[in-house]
Amino acid sequence: MSHDPHTQGAHAHGDHGHGDHGHGVEIPHGSMRDYVIGFVLSVILTAIPFWLVMARPLSDGATAAAIMVLAMVQIVVHMVYFLHLSPKAEGGWSVTALLFTIIVVAIMLSGSLWVMYHLNANMMPLHDPSQLP
Amino acid sequence: MSTTTLSPADEPVRFYDFDEHPHPEGYSTMLGFWIYLMSDCLIFAILFACYAVLGGNFAAGPGPKELFDLPLVALNTAMLLFSSITYGFAMLGMARGNKNQVLIWLAVTLVFGACFLGIELYEFSELIHEGAGPWRSAFLSSFFTLVGTHGLHVTFGSIWLVTLMVQVSRFGLTAANQRRLACLSLFWHFLDVIWIGVFTFVYLMGMLR
Repeated sequence: MSHDPHTQGAHAHGDHGHGDHGHGVEIPHGSMRDYVIGFVLSVILTAIPFWLVMARPLSDGATAAAIMVLAMVQIVVHMVYFLHLSPKAEGGWSVTALLFTIIVVAIMLSGSLWVMYHLNANMMPLHDPSQLP
Repeated sequence: MSTTTLSPADEPVRFYDFDEHPHPEGYSTMLGFWIYLMSDCLIFAILFACYAVLGGNFAAGPGPKELFDLPLVALNTAMLLFSSITYGFAMLGMARGNKNQVLIWLAVTLVFGACFLGIELYEFSELIHEGAGPWRSAFLSSFFTLVGTHGLHVTFGSIWLVTLMVQVSRFGLTAANQRRLACLSLFWHFLDVIWIGVFTFVYLMGMLR
């Protein structure tokens, strides 16, 4: 991802005095190339969903699926090029924390929607009140 | 260094290191801040879940199609995206040790952030003026809570940005300031990631409902 010599050993904690920063903690930062690639990809991945919804070349279902996929891709692009996330960052703990968060969020979102959908379906007003117990 | 030898004697000798190694100051700050961001992620996930559950309850009031102005949202998205890359340029300036470059790009980032907030406040005031305030329906309550919480994050990020501009201009690019700038970088880019979710699930999906 990065070809900047400063970032090559940036995530090794024991790497004191590395580079020309002169302090013990390396601050991860990308290169100009990283930021420009990330920015161009983000612009494309933002423009397409807005165009899909404003011009409506596809059916509702296909548009919804397409913008969801594009959002997921753009989130990954931001993570890699702007947040400089890599499996090696912080000895792997950043990615571990992220994976844990994704699992919790997925359980919570799908669980909430599932429970609330069923609750809604079961709370529908009865068409025939005589069926009430 | 204290060591403990386990008996019986025929087992290989083991050494246990009980002393803490010296760490450079702030060595764990970036990981700690990342974990804070993950917890912030959970707050937004809860608000997204609320919106997903309540977003269809209009209480016979206006829905997303009548209320949302997509060109305005696209402009807002562009503001946040521009602010992301200009913050990236500030970080590159920091890596080169160029203080003035950092200050200039931070100022540009602040302008884009302020534009984003201005457009969002304008959108909110228009909605409230049309009688579509957070009190109108469950849909609007959850909408204002989700988008407003993101806006509040951007507001506090901007305050932090101003604070760091003062810090950097007074004390220069010290190790502590570099660390702070890197934390704000994570925070700022993270808000852009959340905004991807907002414009996709709230605004674009709202127009499809």
